[in-house]
Amino acid sequence: MLQDTITSRMKPAIALEGISKSFPGVKALSDVSLSLYPGSVTALVGENGAGKSTLVKILTGIYQPDGGSIRVADAETAFPTALSAARAGVTAIHQETVLFDELSVAENIFLGHAPRNRFGLIDWNKLNADARALLHRAGADFDPTIRLRDLGIAKKHLVAIARALSVDARVVIMDEPTAALSHKEIHELYALVERLKADGKAILFISHKFDEIFRIADRYTVFRDGTMVGEGLIADVSQDDLVRMMVGRAVGSVYPKKDVAIGDPVLTVSGYRHPTEFEDINFELRRGEILGFYGLIGAGRSEFMQSLIGITRPSAGAIRLDGEILVIRNPSEAIRSGIVYVPEERGRQGAIIGLPIFQNVTLPSLSRTSRSGFLKLANEFALAREYTSRLDLRAASLDQDVGTLSGGNQQKVVIAKWLATKPKVIILDEPTKGIDIGSKAAVHAFMSELAAQGLSVIMVSSEIPEIMGMSDRVIVMREGRIVGRFEREELTAEKLVRAAAGIAEAA
Amino acid sequence: MAKLLKNRELLLVGAILVLVVLIAWRFPPFIAPTNLARVYNDTSILIILALGQMAVILTRCIDLSMAANLALSGMVAAMLNAAFPGLPIPVILLSAIALGAVLGMINGALVWKLDIPPIVVTLGTLTIYRGLIFLLTNGKWINAHQMSDAFKSFPRTDLAGIPVLSWLSVVTVAAIFLVISRTPLGRAFFAVGGNPHAAVYTGIDVGRTRFFAYCLSGTLAGLSGYLWVSRYAVAYVDIAAGFELDIIAACVIGGISIAGGIGSVPGAVLGALFLGVIKNALPVINISPFAQMAISGMVIITAVAVNARAERRKGRVILKKAEAV
Repeated sequence: MLQDTITSRMKPAIALEGISKSFPGVKALSDVSLSLYPGSVTALVGENGAGKSTLVKILTGIYQPDGGSIRVADAETAFPTALSAARAGVTAIHQETVLFDELSVAENIFLGHAPRNRFGLIDWNKLNADARALLHRAGADFDPTIRLRDLGIAKKHLVAIARALSVDARVVIMDEPTAALSHKEIHELYALVERLKADGKAILFISHKFDEIFRIADRYTVFRDGTMVGEGLIADVSQDDLVRMMVGRAVGSVYPKKDVAIGDPVLTVSGYRHPTEFEDINFELRRGEILGFYGLIGAGRSEFMQSLIGITRPSAGAIRLDGEILVIRNPSEAIRSGIVYVPEERGRQGAIIGLPIFQNVTLPSLSRTSRSGFLKLANEFALAREYTSRLDLRAASLDQDVGTLSGGNQQKVVIAKWLATKPKVIILDEPTKGIDIGSKAAVHAFMSELAAQGLSVIMVSSEIPEIMGMSDRVIVMREGRIVGRFEREELTAEKLVRAAAGIAEAA
Repeated sequence: MAKLLKNRELLLVGAILVLVVLIAWRFPPFIAPTNLARVYNDTSILIILALGQMAVILTRCIDLSMAANLALSGMVAAMLNAAFPGLPIPVILLSAIALGAVLGMINGALVWKLDIPPIVVTLGTLTIYRGLIFLLTNGKWINAHQMSDAFKSFPRTDLAGIPVLSWLSVVTVAAIFLVISRTPLGRAFFAVGGNPHAAVYTGIDVGRTRFFAYCLSGTLAGLSGYLWVSRYAVAYVDIAAGFELDIIAACVIGGISIAGGIGSVPGAVLGALFLGVIKNALPVINISPFAQMAISGMVIITAVAVNARAERRKGRVILKKAEAV
């Protein structure tokens, strides 16, 4: 028995070799190898954008690699579709599980492969009985006939795992499974991982939280900028080693940060709190300053920014703008006071596809371009031309539908839209997420330019190089609280990662 | 987008011309100018209503209660006239418009403040408004002989050779065109329907914008209520029953996207005219009313298919909700 376990550990359940994947303008993965062993948990760590998600999508058949091989149980294979990956026994449990709220737990577990009776109809008795048995194996004891929507996220994870067991998965990928869980639920999840391990599953555990990696992982693999930069046994490394591997690169040189004389405080936030999203937020933003907000996804940064502009209401707290107390009840009051927010999700929250470029730009400034209640298209064109040309927008005509532009150019339209309101404070949430390198540089250069002109910028970013390259000061948030404040001179990638992940300072 | 929309409208103009030519080939008197003017006059109410519906659809909502609103406002106008025959027509007209606006505000307020899906709200108010007519009248009709001559003749009155009814629709088209393309509210209709999430960040109150769209559709339904009742010289519970579907059909044929954010005033007018030509022409070339319904249905599906393809070409995400998953 012991011998068996040892030999099975020698042979990977799945092995990726020399995998590469490019997207237009970006090399997401280059020559990456990863082996997952039965009965073993491998932690995959890396910054945002290091290529972890791309790898998961290749493993689950959603993306096709440009090169390299996938071997399952020593046989070379390919996953042309998500179904073929599932058939090969690879299953993924995502942050927000992909299940069906209106179906019962048992139906979710057996969707697509429900047991049939001799008439070819679904055998409900067997379905529910089997589901109960699988839930039991996953360590859950709730009724499989209840609807999924009545369960919390942690229990939904259990359903996803029972589903993985039902298809006899050999490889289970857990993509930040604890991101949305409470403390108690996290411990239940750890117990479950242990059970899956004992069951001989190969587990890939993606997480930003070092405490849990060291608690449950056996092996680690570190990605940086699409390459594998280290792997081995967790027992052989320290947290410091992992942090170094994750961030080990020179930063700062390529960022067009200008030295600006920082002026008086423009925006003062004190005692901001929200019942569930954040608490006790205090800071000052000065004229000409770029203030970086760093943290993991879900740290409450965007939620706080949205409350600043009146999308959500804080339960307590006060803002002063130029020394005056300010009450902001909705975004249009924020815009009028001179605080604007460029949201993170360009698709859902940014450009309005279907409207021409110039109308997108002038949307929040219509009161200025209109005369006695009527729109003046000539004024709108002039305003749109002024700001889009400052951002070097590439478009045939301002009358063109914004949906025909590339992601980077759409982002420029969105930023032009906000600058045209002549703000005092501009909040940029992940301003360069998912756009090509050229557009990124343009956005960074423009951000520097704005600060130099005396605008105050808050930049929410999860990319360490961007935070380090562009910020005058950095505030780190974790679980809705400010957990670190750093001046530019004392900024190191290690300090940021530690603060965001909640690791104590090294001795 | 402008070029594409123009193309789509040109396409519709072409389709209407082809239709008219085909009909004229079977029945030449159809293209006599007086007859074409009569067809336009006959379509005037549909045009007015389609413009109101367009404002609502642009904001990603729908108003199923327009025909019921029309019937209730029209009935109240008729009852006012029957009870006080001396009441000047402008007073009756304004009362109908005001009542329509209030009924529209009720829809808008329910959509805005209670956050109920628009289709459910207006399905409910459709039934309520029709029910109210019954409560007001006990199911009795108001017939031509109970209405004053001034009441009945107003829409037919000749002004420079064209009836007042046609004039009113022309004025409405011009006014709505101004609102849609030259006011911040019109721009907000497009923004709210095109991307409600993004509209919020630009300081547009999505609920309030939709409320105003419903006010507009209600106002136009109220106006149409008086016009309908006076034109046909009768008012009862079931007038214009099912007409809400013609209104929506006119919008859809006119290239107004049911998913919101796309559409134009010329499109809505042309969509209504297309339906108007079919309704007026098919009887004269001896096509049965049942075949007419089938033809209208096919036209609607064709129009939607054409629009859907046009939207795909632009790479527009038709089902925005898919992104939210």
